[in-house]
Amino acid sequence: MKKERAVITVIGEDHPGIIAAVTSACAELGINIEDLSQTVVQGILTMTLIVDITGKDLRELQRRLASVAEEQRVKIIAQHEDIFRYMHRI
Amino acid sequence: MLEREEILETLRMLLEERLDIRTVTLGVSLKDCASRDIDETCSLIEEKLLRVGSRLVSEAQALEEKYGIAIVNRRVAVTPLANVISPALHGVSGEEGREAAVRAALALERAAAKLEVDFIGGFSALVEKGFTPAEEALIDAIPEALSRTQRVCSSVNVATTRAGINMDAVLKMGEVVKRTSELDYRACARLVTFANAPGDNPFMAGAFHGEGEGEAALNVGISGPGVVRAVLEKHPEASLGEVAEVIKRTAFKITRVGELIGRELSRRLGVSFGIVDLSLAPTPFPGDSVAKIIEAMGIARCGAPGSVAALALLVDAVKKGGTMATSYVGGLSGAFIPVSEDAGMAEAAREGAITIDKLLAMTSVCSVGLDMVVLPASTSASTVSGLIADEAAIGVMNNKTTGVRVILAGKEGERVELGGLLGYAYVMPVSEHSCEAFVKRGGRIPSPIHGHRN
Repeated sequence: MKKERAVITVIGEDHPGIIAAVTSACAELGINIEDLSQTVVQGILTMTLIVDITGKDLRELQRRLASVAEEQRVKIIAQHEDIFRYMHRI
Repeated sequence: MLEREEILETLRMLLEERLDIRTVTLGVSLKDCASRDIDETCSLIEEKLLRVGSRLVSEAQALEEKYGIAIVNRRVAVTPLANVISPALHGVSGEEGREAAVRAALALERAAAKLEVDFIGGFSALVEKGFTPAEEALIDAIPEALSRTQRVCSSVNVATTRAGINMDAVLKMGEVVKRTSELDYRACARLVTFANAPGDNPFMAGAFHGEGEGEAALNVGISGPGVVRAVLEKHPEASLGEVAEVIKRTAFKITRVGELIGRELSRRLGVSFGIVDLSLAPTPFPGDSVAKIIEAMGIARCGAPGSVAALALLVDAVKKGGTMATSYVGGLSGAFIPVSEDAGMAEAAREGAITIDKLLAMTSVCSVGLDMVVLPASTSASTVSGLIADEAAIGVMNNKTTGVRVILAGKEGERVELGGLLGYAYVMPVSEHSCEAFVKRGGRIPSPIHGHRN
C-alpha cells in the first residue's frame, strides 16, 4: 500500500500541554508521528508534525484535532501532504 | 521529507493570501440530448446533467477537506445550447423558437439547482460566420432567459481570427446587452460576447463545452492574485527581469495546486482531466486584486501610464511559470481585469485613473477584455456594439481571446452594487459620439491575412 502522510500545523499562544494533547490525539487513533518540529517566537508557538495516515481516516483525525484546538485555544490544521509536495516538488 | 519552511509558506498562501481554487468546472456534452421535440430535449438535458454531475459538489468538498484548500465555485459547462435545440426548432416560427430556447434555459437552471452548482454555462451560440435559425432564436432569447434564471450563463462568439467578425452578430449583441440590462442589469454579469472563444474555459460567464471536446471533462480555474502581490511586495528593489522571475516561481506553485485538484477530482468523477486555466482571477476581497499587483510593481494607480507594460509582464510570467506546472494548459490563461470583481480596479475607476480606453488598451495584452464594466444606463445599443467590435478586432488581429461583459446601469460616477463575488463598480463614462452608422452596415469584416497560416 502506498504510504500516505498528513501534515499537522499548530499555531497559537504557547502554554504547557499543547504537544501532549496533539500527540495523544494521534496516539489514540494509532497514528505514528514521523517528524515534529516547533519554534516559539515572542510567545507564539508554531509546530509542524508529519504523521503516517496510511489506512487511516484523515477526516477522523481532523475531527479529533478540532476538539483539541478548542480545548487548547490554538489553531490546528491537518492536510494531506500532497498539497505541499505538489507545490514544492516536481 | 518536506521542509518546515515549505509547509509554512504554503499555509501562509492559503490562510493569509487567499490562495484558492476559483472553480472546478465539469464540461458535459449534450449532443445526445438533441431531439425533434423541445420538451423531450429539456428532459433529456436534465436527466443527463443529474446523472453525470451528481457527485461534483460532494467530491469537491471532500478534496477541500483533504487538502485544506477552498474550492470557491463548482460549475457545469455544456455544449453550446443552440446546437442541442436545433432539431427541435426545425420549421417553427421565430417567436416559437425564442420561447423554446427560454424553456431550454429553464431546464439548465433546474438541473443546476438540483446539482447545487454555482453556475451553469453554455446557453451559447458560435456565430462568427453566420447564424442558423436555432442560433438566432437562442440569441433573441438571452434577455428573457437570463432574467428568469439565477445560475445560467450565456456566451456568444461573434468573431475568430480565421473567420473574421460577424458584424450582424455584433449589432445583435449590442441590442441583447441593452435589453438584458433593462430587464435586470445584474443578469448582464452572466453574459459575455467573445472573439476566439475557447471551448475548455472553466470561467464564467464564458464557459461552454466546445465542439472538439469529448463526453465529459473537468477543467480547473486557479486563483492567487493575493499571493503574487504579497511576493512582489517583498521585492521592492528588484529589477523588472527579477520581478518576472519571482512571478514565474509563484505562478508555478499556484498552478501545481490546480493540477493536483484537477487530476484527483477528475479521477474520482471518472471523467477526463481537461485543462488548468492559468488566469489570475481576482475577488473583491482586500489584496486579492490584479490592480494591486500592477501597483506593487511601482505604478501609483492602475491605469496610469506603464500599466499596459506591467500587465504584459505579469501575464507572460504567469504563463511561463504555469506552463511548467501542469500537463495541460487551456481556457483563457492570462490575467483577468474585471472592474467590479477587483476592488483595486473599482477604486481606480472611481478616481478616474482607469478609463474605458485604457481598459481597451490593456486587453490587448491580457485576457479577457472589457469585463464587468458598468456603463451608464443611457448607453445606446449601438455604442455597446461598437465596443464589442473594437474588442473583437483586438482579439482577431492579435490571435487571442477577447470578450465584452458590460452592464448598463445607473448614471456616470454612481456606485452600483452587484453582490457577492461580483463586487461593486462605479459607472464609467463612455464616448457619446455615435458609431451607429458603422455598426449598422452589417456584413462580415474579413479575417486578417495572418489568419491564413496553411
